[in-house]
Amino acid sequence: MSKRIEINDLDVYYGAFKAVEGVSLEIEPRSVTAFIGPSGCGKSTVLRTINRMHEVIAGAYVDGEILLDGANLYGPGVDPVNVRRQIGMVFQRPNPFPTMTIRENVLAGVLLNNRRMSKSDQDDLVERSLRGANLWNEVKDRLGIPGSGLSGGQQQRLCIARAIAVSPDVLLMDEPCSALDPISTLAIEDLIEELKQEYTIVIVTHNMQQASRVSDKTAFFNIAGTGKPGKLIEYDETTKMFSNPSVQSTEDYVSGRFG
Amino acid sequence: MTTTTSAPAPARRQAENPLTAGQLPTWSPWAILGGALLVGAAIAALVAGASGSRFSIVATAVIGFILYLVAITVVSQLIEGGRKATDRLVTGVVTGAFLLALIPLVSLVVTVIANGMHRFDVEFFTYTMRNIVGEGGGVLHAIVGTLLVTLWAAIISVPVGIFTAIYLVEYGKGRLSQAITFFVDVMTGIPSIVAGLFAYALFALFAGEGVRSGFGGAVALSLLMIPTVVRSTEEMLKLVPNDLREASLALGVPKWLTIAKVVLPTALAGIVTGVTLAIARVIGETAPLLIIAGFTTNMNYNVFDGRMMTLPVFAYNQYVSPGVQEQAYFDRAWTAALVLILIVMLLNIVARLIAHFFAPKAGR
Amino acid sequence: MTTAAPAATTRAAAPNRPADVIFKAVSTTAGVLILLALAGVAIFLVAQAVPALIGPLPEDDSFWAWVWPLTFGTLWSSFLAMLMAVPIAIAIALFITHYAPRRVASVLGYAIDLLAAIPSVIYGLWGIAVLAPFMQPAYTWLAQNLGWIPLFTPPASGTGRTILTAAIVLAVMVLPIITALCREIFLQTPRLNEEASLALGATRWEMIRMAVLPHGRSGIIASSILGLGRALGETMAVAMVLASAGAVTFVVVGSQNPSTIAANIALRFPEAHGITVNMLIGSGLVLFAITLLVNAISRWIIAKTTVDGGR
Repeated sequence: MSKRIEINDLDVYYGAFKAVEGVSLEIEPRSVTAFIGPSGCGKSTVLRTINRMHEVIAGAYVDGEILLDGANLYGPGVDPVNVRRQIGMVFQRPNPFPTMTIRENVLAGVLLNNRRMSKSDQDDLVERSLRGANLWNEVKDRLGIPGSGLSGGQQQRLCIARAIAVSPDVLLMDEPCSALDPISTLAIEDLIEELKQEYTIVIVTHNMQQASRVSDKTAFFNIAGTGKPGKLIEYDETTKMFSNPSVQSTEDYVSGRFG
Repeated sequence: MTTTTSAPAPARRQAENPLTAGQLPTWSPWAILGGALLVGAAIAALVAGASGSRFSIVATAVIGFILYLVAITVVSQLIEGGRKATDRLVTGVVTGAFLLALIPLVSLVVTVIANGMHRFDVEFFTYTMRNIVGEGGGVLHAIVGTLLVTLWAAIISVPVGIFTAIYLVEYGKGRLSQAITFFVDVMTGIPSIVAGLFAYALFALFAGEGVRSGFGGAVALSLLMIPTVVRSTEEMLKLVPNDLREASLALGVPKWLTIAKVVLPTALAGIVTGVTLAIARVIGETAPLLIIAGFTTNMNYNVFDGRMMTLPVFAYNQYVSPGVQEQAYFDRAWTAALVLILIVMLLNIVARLIAHFFAPKAGR
Repeated sequence: MTTAAPAATTRAAAPNRPADVIFKAVSTTAGVLILLALAGVAIFLVAQAVPALIGPLPEDDSFWAWVWPLTFGTLWSSFLAMLMAVPIAIAIALFITHYAPRRVASVLGYAIDLLAAIPSVIYGLWGIAVLAPFMQPAYTWLAQNLGWIPLFTPPASGTGRTILTAAIVLAVMVLPIITALCREIFLQTPRLNEEASLALGATRWEMIRMAVLPHGRSGIIASSILGLGRALGETMAVAMVLASAGAVTFVVVGSQNPSTIAANIALRFPEAHGITVNMLIGSGLVLFAITLLVNAISRWIIAKTTVDGGR
């Protein structure tokens, strides 16, 4: 279920603007990798290239390759739709579909793709996904209410349930807790710890403590200045990154001396 | 500015609040207005008595209003100074302009209802004008015609309009979408009579000179309806947060299913509202239908062949070319106008209700 | 979507899903259809108008000599209507946005919007049955007492169905259009500007003059021109209210009124045949050109301000 990601010499462009330059890193299966760095350093951009969501922005393209268990996501003839079915994503702000109930939201990925499914299979999938997202006990009696009726933290867990319902191999999280209160944040962090058993997780975060709490490895991105492309500065075990980084600017950043 | 007019502080109830000094009390404009209207009425009565005409409420209102403007400005100028006086004058003028604009609306509604009630009966809705000279008859053929023509106009313009909006919002870039945006703007400016001429010119090509058909009317109306549908749908699609599109795409849903199952349902209430308002707009169109659908006294269920009466054309035709027993024709025209207004109002209310109740609720 | 990556990364050329291709094709076709329809409008109208433009006409010397009085009437009646409608529309918009109590304001706005929804044929009925008789005594008085002004040269119309009455009906019809747009613009006045002038001790009117009107100036112009476009093309109300004689005159209270292009088409088309049809379509083309020009100017002003003005 969990796959290994290998990024080789990745450049990302928005039109003529080079947003990210020369990123290479390897992400192990069943691990949590955190992307940290100041705003605008390209960490979210790199995250979005992993399931080709950056292509939603007109004029964006990449140079380089990203391998999922050895298969190039940017190889000739690869359909981004298939890529996204294997690599799920959770966004900064919770975004449940407002016209759908909780149950329909969880099933969205499966049903939107016009796949037929028996009622009992659907029930199983809903329960499994919501349990996986630690939301089942809170919503099991009101699966029929609109997803937008939940609290912010519950909505975000609903979005996670929606993402894991299509059984992806990788789960990308783009600052999943930035719009949430501390208690909901803790709930999501606990959930990430559990999801690690089954999925490869990549998370972008602005919160140093969060990165050090949840991740196994950490990648630090930085930019030389506005208009310059973002670069991967250092990538290592999280414990090492936060205690004894090998690059000076990493130490400055994690110790809060800048950014 | 409201704070300065508040009551004196309780602690110094007796003493004059220095903040309200040199200021007219709040009731004074009303008092001046009342006085001005009384004087206006007196003058109007005098003039009416002198010239032997009837006492005029209009004259009372006009004279009273002008007197009020003069009086409030002068009084305020003396007590409060020039700046405040100007402010009071403008307040009076602006309010007066608003009330003036309400007069035609009220007069129109009252006239249509009063005159339209005469023939608001069962016969009116169950008979056509076939073989009717003078009294009696009804608008069944015109109602059927209006419904059929509008239905066909909707059948043409709703899909075209919605898909064009989808193209503009979801796919459009570059020259083509710019051109379409520009020409949709151009279309909103087409006078309705020109739309009628176009439909005539188009159908005359196939059917020869003097062609008349309900479907031609539908084509003309859709020319007027499409830009409205495109614009409102476009607005609604733009309101759908990008988060939702991304959420769906990230689940590996192809783009067309994302649009069909996520974007459109989210915007549905707004789109339906827009379409309803567009229908309300064209259902009262007269000029293009006069040109291409023509008029007849008989029932015609076939939009593709022959003249077809519609409600607005019926009202027009009855009023401008009455036969013997004029009043019967005028009554029918007014009742047709009343029915038309009721239909338009109903559509407007339905549109608002849809917008109100079916719009997806935001969080909380 | 799959074409987002340009030639720089040719290897990203993915297979297009058939459903995606079909859906996109349908949407694009709908858009192109609109372009074709408009091209059709232009081509068919020109084709039908050509015989009148070149050919010999039964009565008049040339097409242009025939269409000129109508064009004059169209412009003159719309001008009179705008003269009345624009100041009142601005006043109404100000009243709704800055004078009326908040809770009443939206209801009032809705009442004004209702005016826009009423079909033009009903305005015509109202104009002919209520407004014309109501105005007639005023016209008689004007012609008797102010007859030396060229606008009010006697004799006055006996029915009240003059170009001024038609212009009043037109003014009532375009009022809601202009008001609605001005209302939007006035509501968008930056809060900070309004509060800044109030904090300086400005009265409400001074605040409006300092903050609201400067911010809304181009919007007022654009919405007025949009209303003008509507007035120029209005057919039924004018056709019903105006008793026209095809004259070219500035007198607004007499019985010798110029007609308008749109009203003339509506009145004569049902009985027209032969070259008359071509002449009427030709005049429609002239009307189309005028409204196109007017709307283009208004769009240009709106586009210019949204680029410059920002918010």
